[in-house]
Amino acid sequence: MEPMLRIDALRAIHERLADCVVVTIMGAAAAELQEVGHRPNHFYLQHAMGLASSMGLGIALARPELPVVVLDGDGSVLMNLGGLTTLARYRPRNLTHIVFDNESLLSVGGFPTATSTGSDIAAIAAAAGVPHTSTVRTLSDFARAVDDALERNDLTTIVAKVAAVGPRGFVTDLALLENRFEFARYLRARRASAPAG
Amino acid sequence: MPVSVTSSQLIFDALKACDVRIVSALPETWLVHLIRMAEDDPEVTLVRLAKEEEGVGISAGAHLAGVKSAMLMQNHGFLASINGIVSLAHLYKIPLLMLISYRGEFGERDPWQTQGGGATVPLLDALGIPWERLDNPDHVASKIRKAQTLADSALKPVALLLCRDLMWEE
Repeated sequence: MEPMLRIDALRAIHERLADCVVVTIMGAAAAELQEVGHRPNHFYLQHAMGLASSMGLGIALARPELPVVVLDGDGSVLMNLGGLTTLARYRPRNLTHIVFDNESLLSVGGFPTATSTGSDIAAIAAAAGVPHTSTVRTLSDFARAVDDALERNDLTTIVAKVAAVGPRGFVTDLALLENRFEFARYLRARRASAPAG
Repeated sequence: MPVSVTSSQLIFDALKACDVRIVSALPETWLVHLIRMAEDDPEVTLVRLAKEEEGVGISAGAHLAGVKSAMLMQNHGFLASINGIVSLAHLYKIPLLMLISYRGEFGERDPWQTQGGGATVPLLDALGIPWERLDNPDHVASKIRKAQTLADSALKPVALLLCRDLMWEE
């Protein structure tokens, strides 16, 4: 069986992300999500490896009415394993944490990460206390896992095993600050349009 | 332990007056009362961290989502946060209100705290982070307010150094 491509996985959930607040890591995930289709509800954290999940936690705690989806990677998660314990400790019900695991640091030369030698991020997340975790390897399983997580309304980590391939380049025409201010404006507008109560 | 409850309460009240609703923290001796006050206040969400750099991400997310936050850390926590400060807060123009317990100054008895004390201010300066000492209870409320005002207008991190004369009673 050919391994799933991250860009195909992003295409499979792109429509579901339309109403979510999305935070991605740098590199291939950011470039590919922009290629599939940028929206103002996407924030691409183009550095600070490891902190996408912490940003997702900050948004989820600040705005519990909004579904938040973090698109993480194995290299980034491995830089902030302690952050999984913080996620689990506060267990934001509105946070879905997706980890694209290509078992390598693709954007910086493709060197293998520890998931290539057996470290299991879903098991680490479960042991950290994340209440719902899974590892998926096919597009249909991935799409179903994301659907389930968004409907479950509880903290979920989904590890999607993907091929170690990505786009040729990582610089897109979306400037970092343009993205940042557009995203903040989107979140302000969501508050303004929220029903009273 | 002689950590000042009075000064901790002044600091906490000042943060509340600034609409701070999310406080991230990693325990250290001088911060114990502040952390307990944050935990006991139903209007404040205390996020206990595994490592201080996570707090940069949490505050960045909270800011973009429209909620004011503050970070409580020891100066070694600031040292541990520097990559996040540079590659998230500076890169994306995110205000951070950092309250840093300034260990390792004159009067420090713990040998293990002395190295970080000397590195704190040079690193704040190297990073271009505006900072002030908080050593007089009379100035706590106004300095915290002004620090937050600058962070929000400049869209950058600012630091208040919680000094021995404010935090420690003996």
